[in-house]
Amino acid sequence: MPKAVTVNRMRCTFPSCSSNEALARSVAASFSAQMNPTCEEVSDIKCAVSEAVTNAIVHGYRDSIGEITLLLKLEDDRTFTAEVRDKGCGIADVEEAMRPLFTTDPEHERSGMGFTIIENFMDSLRVVSSPGKGTRVVMKKKLSMLPIMK
Amino acid sequence: MNAEQQDVIRSITSGKSLTIFLEGDIDHHSARRIRSRIDTKVFIQRPDELILDLSRVCFMDSSGLGLILGRYAKAVELGIAFKVANPNRDVRRILDLAGTERLIKIESAYPPGTRQEVLCRKP
Repeated sequence: MPKAVTVNRMRCTFPSCSSNEALARSVAASFSAQMNPTCEEVSDIKCAVSEAVTNAIVHGYRDSIGEITLLLKLEDDRTFTAEVRDKGCGIADVEEAMRPLFTTDPEHERSGMGFTIIENFMDSLRVVSSPGKGTRVVMKKKLSMLPIMK
Repeated sequence: MNAEQQDVIRSITSGKSLTIFLEGDIDHHSARRIRSRIDTKVFIQRPDELILDLSRVCFMDSSGLGLILGRYAKAVELGIAFKVANPNRDVRRILDLAGTERLIKIESAYPPGTRQEVLCRKP
């Protein structure tokens, strides 16, 4: 298998204000548009990026404002990659955090479904975190092939 | 106009049934505001039934799910019947992923693929 070649990539950084959740998912959706994804794929990407960015805002930085970096990449095998990085408090037990319905913040009506949604809507999810240093959430989705026009 | 700019929440009261129409994106940012509007309205009206109409909700993530489950819990506490109506296809997928239907009745006036259902989706 030849190695996939990066077709396009971008990086943006924004403060962890909740109004930037909509910005981040719109940026990811617009970036993916150049690969002609299906409506469902765009909706999956928007939701997954929204979840990861919300996690960084709500849990990573809690009551403070920090910097969130969103890295997006498209490869020629139609793999879309989104990475959300924060320099917040980190996650002590990643496995526990990824369990469906697990939440550290039930009084604010967090459903505890964020990671479960990402896992379902994307093909792969990797969470790397070190307490006190921050978290990286990397998610990939292979976009479907375009029908061949004759 | 998105949900955030809206100062009033659209609703219809029919008998003792209150239908609240949610609009736009429901994420962590907008959920807090929407939540307090719903709760205030319900607290003042004290209906026998609360219906959240999602036909104009274009986007919803797990924060929206938290909002809906939270309103359900509150309704149960107050003895109010609770229903969710007309989610679009994307919103429905989120509801289904969490198995919401085991707890909450989801009604759809527009079966999948009909013109109204398509119109409800974001362009």
